[in-house]
Formats: sequence, structure tokens, C-alpha cells
Amino acid sequence: MNITLRLAWRNLWRHSRRTWLTLGAMAFSNILLVFMISLQFGMYGMMIDNTLRVMTGHLQVQAEGYKDEHKMRQTVPDIAELAASLRRDLELERVAPRALAFALASSSDRTYGLQIAGVDPARESLVSSIPGLVRTGNYLAAGDAAEIVIGSVLARNLRVGTGDEVTLLGSGLDGSFAAAVVTVSGIFETGVVELDRGLAEVPLGFFQDVFFMEGAGHQVVIAARDLDEAALLTERTRELVADNPGLVVHDWDALQPGLRQAIKADMSSAFFMYGILVILVAFSVLNTQLMSVLERTREFGIVMALGISPGRLGRLVLLETALMGFMGFVGGAVLGALVTGWFAANGFSYPGMDELTANFNLPSRVYPPVAFLPTVIGPLVVYFFSMVSALYPALRLNWLQPVEAMRAA
Amino acid sequence: MTAVKCIDLCKTYRQGEQEIKALDHVDLDVERGGFVCLSAPSGGGKTTLLNAIGGLDIPDSGQVWIAGTRIDNMSKSELARLRLTQIGFVFQAYNLIPVLTAKENVEFVMQVQGVPARDRAKLALEILDEVGLAGLDGRRPAEMSGGQQQRVAVARALVSRPALVLADEPTANLDSHSADGLMELFVELNRNHQTTFVIATHDQRVMAYAKRLIKMLDGRIVGDIRQHEH
Ligand SMILES: Nc1ncnc2c1ncn2[C@@H]1O[C@H](COP(=O)(O)OP(=O)(O)OP(=O)(O)O)[C@@H](O)[C@H]1O
Ligand SMILES: [Mg+2]
Repeated sequence: MNITLRLAWRNLWRHSRRTWLTLGAMAFSNILLVFMISLQFGMYGMMIDNTLRVMTGHLQVQAEGYKDEHKMRQTVPDIAELAASLRRDLELERVAPRALAFALASSSDRTYGLQIAGVDPARESLVSSIPGLVRTGNYLAAGDAAEIVIGSVLARNLRVGTGDEVTLLGSGLDGSFAAAVVTVSGIFETGVVELDRGLAEVPLGFFQDVFFMEGAGHQVVIAARDLDEAALLTERTRELVADNPGLVVHDWDALQPGLRQAIKADMSSAFFMYGILVILVAFSVLNTQLMSVLERTREFGIVMALGISPGRLGRLVLLETALMGFMGFVGGAVLGALVTGWFAANGFSYPGMDELTANFNLPSRVYPPVAFLPTVIGPLVVYFFSMVSALYPALRLNWLQPVEAMRAA
Repeated sequence: MTAVKCIDLCKTYRQGEQEIKALDHVDLDVERGGFVCLSAPSGGGKTTLLNAIGGLDIPDSGQVWIAGTRIDNMSKSELARLRLTQIGFVFQAYNLIPVLTAKENVEFVMQVQGVPARDRAKLALEILDEVGLAGLDGRRPAEMSGGQQQRVAVARALVSRPALVLADEPTANLDSHSADGLMELFVELNRNHQTTFVIATHDQRVMAYAKRLIKMLDGRIVGDIRQHEH
């Protein structure tokens, strides 16, 4: 082993307790950072995933302007055919057409307003979790029967159950009066109150008949496996619909702008806390290295008197810090990954977390994934700031006077 | 050629109201291959003079020349370079790096001097052998006696064959047998390599080896005696 490295290593252990304490602080904050950042990234992933999985999908093809104005007449013509051709061109099953309208739903004694979606019963389950959330009865059967699935709160409000009839009233695409009687085939429960209270789904063909859509709809919904695939699909879909004037492709970020904002807000408050943690560790390193330089004043004076430059001694101090930082980095990252791994297997939850998670339709136990970036980013930042805080003790050596230093006790 | 030339050196320390003239108009010439002993009572200015010659301390006035180069106006890094490459220092208190072994202490300086790695271990063991420390190369300073530590410091100063050796009380902790051994090593280097020695001491045995004996008192040179050749 190189003699400078040996010297640095042994210097570290001259005050082994102090080094252990500093290392402990470093490793502990690294473990905390690894776990918290993994948990956070895991939560964000789940937040995005779960929100998009309900209905939105990762991208949608819509008529220009529909996203913001939601006008009934801002339609995608021949929507079933467009969905089929996209399915073929993207070589992807998870493509489903939808039409949307506002309507009044009445049972024998009550009437409520709701959003009604015409969906392809065979495809909807590929882009939306709602078909899987039917708690009583069944989801829509394939075909264009006069059936409806409604949310649990709406069912309670209307006082209807499966097999009961509901009357729908609304206005068609051409502005004419639209009405139909449908049978409740199933009741779903998403846990998201707005959906459970205000959403109903009917077969697309039936919807198009009732609302005089003439084959048109409002959204072609495409679901991806993950955000990377979503970006890829968005790009390819844009190319595919480029020659259809009036059609636009929105990615999940445009469809759910609140999502990214919520993540950003959460991130900035979290990173503020992490910043404080990192500063505390940096000060502990500064303290340790400053003490270790001060108590070696005499020794440094001697080697400087022998002709060894302050720069070389400064590099020695930095090397000592780098060794310590490296141990803290490896120890913290490994232990942090192990801790995270344990929670990845067993789930993590804390009191009060359910309230937070329910807002984003998350389960109350989180299983933070162990991933490379969340594991190294925190320890890397700690390492960097440890080195920065060792700069001051290292640079101080430039002002050391060998003769005076040698006199020091 | 002169190895060391001091012209009218003055250095005053202020202790409160009191002024201490550590160097009081000192003029000194040491030719190459000289073997000079500085003797003075304690506080006479020996260490101050050696520090000035080695560029560790800048005098208040006067000039210091080493091997024909003026050094009292050099920058700190130039002085460090000079000490590293041309001067071997042995300090009054043996000053070793406590976490390194005897051999590593010697090697560390050689590494900084740029001695190739493959030569260092061999040279270090040779010089430790020459100062009478064969077999102790693996000990750390805390595991050696004061005299043994002093000899490691000497080995460290001599290993790269500097042109000038400045030694401050090198025999202070040695028994007379070891002191003789060390002085004979100095004499041999002086004879074979023309190494110039300036040794501060109040040890009579050391003075006996000197070709030239300079006496100081209160920062002034009060005697300059040429003795026998070796
Ligand atoms: N940093 C300092 N501050 C104040 N006075 C000093 C300082 N260094 C040396 N002196 C004074 O200068 C004078 C000469 O000191 P120096 O160390 O050169 O003596 P010395 O001959 O080496 O003595 P010794 O044999 O005890 O080592 C002494 O009176 C000492 O007290
Ligand atoms: Mg002295």
C-alpha cells in the first residue's frame, strides 16, 4: 500500500472513537437518506401510477381544445376505428376509445348529475382499474346492451342496486334531447369520492346511439407499463396521428397537471429537510478534521520544516476525509439499501399515513423499491459536502509557520 | 565554494517589555565540506541561527546564502523546495510521525523527494543500519527510546545525501557509545561525500569531532577555532 495512503489511514484511527462517531453520523444520515429518498421515489411512482391507472391512462388522443374546454362537439371522429388502427400500429393491446357526456340520472325517487362515459367493455379493463373495482354485480358485458355501471356513492344516493333501472337525460352531439333507460349491471368502488359519486359507464356503441355521436368519441386512452414506455408511446402516437388535423396527443403530465405539482411541492419540503441533515453531517466532519489538524500542529510543523509543502499536507487531510467519507458512503448505502429492502418486502406505514395516501388513491402500506439512483444520491451528496467541509482545515495549513508550529505542545 | 554564508544577521524577540537579541550581527562562512560545531550556553542562539540558515525563520536583517544562492528573500515554497532537496535537518526534539514506523518515517520523506519506490525500502534499511538501528525498522516512535528516535530522525535527514546537514543537539539523548557511532557516521559522510555539517551542541564529545568550533554567547559569535582535520 502506498505510504501516503497508509499514513492517512493510520491517522484516521489515532482517535478511533472520534472517527467512529463521525463515521456513525455519516452512515446514519446516509441510511436515513437512502431510505427516505427510496420511499419518496416509490411513493411518487405509485402516486403517478395509481392516479393514471384509474381512468386517465398515460396518454390520450383528443380533439384539439377538448382537454381544457370539454365541449361535447370537440370530438374524435370514427373513434373505434382510430383506436383499432393505433392498436395495430403501436402493436399494443392497451388502447381503448371513450366518449364522455354530462347527464342526469334518475331513479324512481331521485335525480343526480353525473359524468357518463361510453367505453369499449372488452378493452376498458386494459386502461382503467374501474372494471376491476366492481364490488357488486358485473362490469359491462361485451356488446352494446343498455347497461350501466355506477359508483357506490351514486348507487346509495339513487337508492338503486344491480338489476334496477335508471333513466338518463342529456343532450346529444347535435344539441337535441337525449334520453335512455338503462339497467344497473354493476356498482364499483374506487375509494375516490368524486368518481364513486359522479361517474357511470355504458357501452360505447350504446352511448353513441343515445347521444347521436355518429361513430365519434372524445378520447383514445393508451396505458403504458411505466413512465419510460409512456414517453416512447407518446412520441410514436404523435407521429401516427400527425396527419389527422384537429387531433392532439396529451401525455399524462398534461392530463393530470396537479400530479407533478403535488410531487414538486412534496419534493421541495423533503429536500429542505435532507439539506439540514447534510449540513449537520458536514459540520461534524468539519469539527473532526479541524480538531485532527489542530492537534497535529507540531507534527505538521516538523514535516513542513523538512520541506514538505502545505499543499501536500492539505491533500493528506483531504485523503483522510475521503477515506472516512468512502467508508460512510459504502456503509450507509449498503445498510440503507438493506433497510429499504426489508421494507420493500414487508411494507412500510406510519400512523397518519393513510390520510395522506388516501388523497392520492394509494394503499396505506408502501413498499419502497430498492433502486440504484435513490440509493446513491443521498450518500453522494453527503460525501461531496464532507469533502467541501474538509477544505477549510486543509487550506489552513497554508498559514502554518513551521517554527511556531514546532513549538506547539 | 562556500556552503553557508551569513552576513550581518540580526533577530530580536520581544517578550513583553524585554527585547531578546537571539542573533546579534552574526557573520559566518562555512566552506563546502566544512564540519562546524556551534557551541553556546542554553539560550545562546544556536537554534535560531540554524533555523535562519535552513530558511525556517526569516531574520530581521542580514543575508543568508546557501551554495551561492541568496535565500532570505525566497518565497515559502522555494524555501520548502530547498530544504527538501538540499538540506538535511535534525531537530532538537526528535520529531517523527507517530503513526509511521522507523522505516516508514524515512521512506515518507524520500517519497516526497521523488525517490523511486523500488529504491526507497532498500535505502531506508541501509541508513537505519548505519545509525545502529538494524532490526528496529518496524517499530513506531512510541516503541523506541529517546535515543533511538533521535537516530531515526538522523537517518531521515541523511538518507538522501543532502549537501548540507543542520543538526540541533543530535546526541542529546544518546549514551557515549551511540554518540560516538553517530559522530563517526557524520565524519564518514563528510569525508566521502563532501557533506557540509553544522551541528549545534554543548556536548564536549561532539565538539571533539569538529574541524571548526564556533562559540556563541547571547546571539553573538565570540570564538571561531579551527581544530584538527579528520
Ligand atoms: N519564539 C521565541 N519567542 C521569544 N523568544 C525566543 C523565541 N525563540 C527563541 N527565543 C529566545 O531567543 C534566545 C535564543 O534562543 P535559541 O533557541 O536560539 O537558543 P539555543 O542556543 O538554541 O538554546 P538551547 O541550548 O536551550 O536550545 C533565547 O533567549 C530564547 O529565549
Ligand atoms: Mg536550541
